Amino acid sequence: MRYVKDVALVIRSKNAGPYELTFDLMFPSAEVYNEVKDAITKEKVAALYKIEESKVLSIIHFAPAHAVKITIVRPRPSGDLGETDVYGAQQHTPLFELTY
Amino acid sequence: MTELRVLSPTAILGYGFPLASFQAGLERNPHVIAVDAGSTDPGPYYLGSGESFTQRSAVKRDLRYMIDAALQRKIPLIIGTAGGSGAKPHVDWNLAIIEEILVELKKEAQIAVIYSDIDRDILLQELKNGRVKPLGPVAELTEEDILASTNIVAQMGLEPIMEAIEKGAEIIVSGRAYDPTVFAALPVLKGFDMALALHMGKILECAAIAANPGSGSDCLMGTIGADSFILETLNSERECTRLSVAAHTLYEKSDPYSLPGPGGTLDLHGTTFEQLPGGRVRVAGTKFVPTDGYFLKLEGASLLGYRTISIAGVRDPIMISQIDEIIERVKDRVADNFQDLKDYQLHVHCYGKNGVMGELEPHPAPGHELGLVIEAVAPTQEIADTICSFARSTMLHYGYPGRKATAGNLAFPYSPSDVSAGAVYKFSIYHLLQVDDPKSLFPVKMGRSGL
Repeated sequence: MRYVKDVALVIRSKNAGPYELTFDLMFPSAEVYNEVKDAITKEKVAALYKIEESKVLSIIHFAPAHAVKITIVRPRPSGDLGETDVYGAQQHTPLFELTY
Repeated sequence: MTELRVLSPTAILGYGFPLASFQAGLERNPHVIAVDAGSTDPGPYYLGSGESFTQRSAVKRDLRYMIDAALQRKIPLIIGTAGGSGAKPHVDWNLAIIEEILVELKKEAQIAVIYSDIDRDILLQELKNGRVKPLGPVAELTEEDILASTNIVAQMGLEPIMEAIEKGAEIIVSGRAYDPTVFAALPVLKGFDMALALHMGKILECAAIAANPGSGSDCLMGTIGADSFILETLNSERECTRLSVAAHTLYEKSDPYSLPGPGGTLDLHGTTFEQLPGGRVRVAGTKFVPTDGYFLKLEGASLLGYRTISIAGVRDPIMISQIDEIIERVKDRVADNFQDLKDYQLHVHCYGKNGVMGELEPHPAPGHELGLVIEAVAPTQEIADTICSFARSTMLHYGYPGRKATAGNLAFPYSPSDVSAGAVYKFSIYHLLQVDDPKSLFPVKMGRSGL
């Protein structure tokens, strides 16, 4: 078992519009990308964030950038009452625990 | 015309650019200078309040160089989502800056203004007609949402901007516009492939963010040809790489293969990214798939109330071990004390525990000290001040079980400890509106300005 964070170049989060939060994981080469991509599942992401699997909207493999993109429903629309991160830029760290 | 060059000076109007890069861009003889001024990222306040999220002096600095260069070279300058959110107050704010610059430059210009505000009555009617639907994980739109919204805009497509170019505008100031449009309008008007033009615009709208190293405050040049477009930086310190351009396609979107916009979707399944010498990248193969019906993205924001905050630290480990319970008891005390005030919200952000991630935090274990932000939002500033003040003083002296530090529970960095933070807005509309005519909601107004 290895950690995805140890082979990823980029692990980041950001709003994709005010209602969704999107995560990009980019890898240094097609080889690493191909080795890791299928290990990133909705089930694992839901478990890491302790959210229902239905809140994980999509996991998309984007070969041109050696990247895997995960999109989840924002806990609340950006800037609504109780907001903690208007831009959604610091919601990525649970993904540091992803393994493959 | 076999190729057309588009200069994107900066990622957001007001974010700046090195003059050397801008000059290098001008030396390549661009056919148009285009800049995106908008984003929903800074949150609902700016659309709701009508204020810009960028500073006036920074916007004026950027625009002064762009206007001067565009008028001298007789090429159009196109501004998208003026004022940050693109509603009428934002557009008018930007127009006033342009007028000021033209007077200072002693120049005159033909200006096209394209407002993007959507009339409430029209939208109420379209809602009844079943022509409005949610966009993503959003609830159905209601009449109340429409009536409560202070500003409602729709993202225009290419068509109104192309009309403004055809009418001879030297400066086009558009309200809310689909980001790529200001870059793609001239190429499409000149007969270049719409899919390629829009995809090029999608990258140019963030300027050098798509380069390596990326920057939101540096220029990017796009050159479109018959079957591809080429991106290049204008600063030797950064270059476009195959990976940096491909990776940018991921940015702030949920699906990099399928980028929806007015009238259709960009399909990137067949897109190729090819590295060229000199830090340039060629992109080809992108397709445009028209949607069944022409849909515009609507955005609206409404007033939630007024906010007051108080910032305080906690160092006592006995208190920290009970912090959730203490916060709940303080909320109960406030509710009990102000039983006639129902419409307020009281929230305590707990930095050092889950202040950054809230309910998404998988490990809400507190550190050795906590930073609290006590936040009250209420229908008036006075009520928000009252609730925040009472919550703060209650927490300061709250007698939790096992307390040894009986003089006070909170460390305040400031006197006064409370800050009245003003109006609070929320996104109220994020929906699609089906229209028959892409232009009817975006009339192009022409006029001369300056001197």
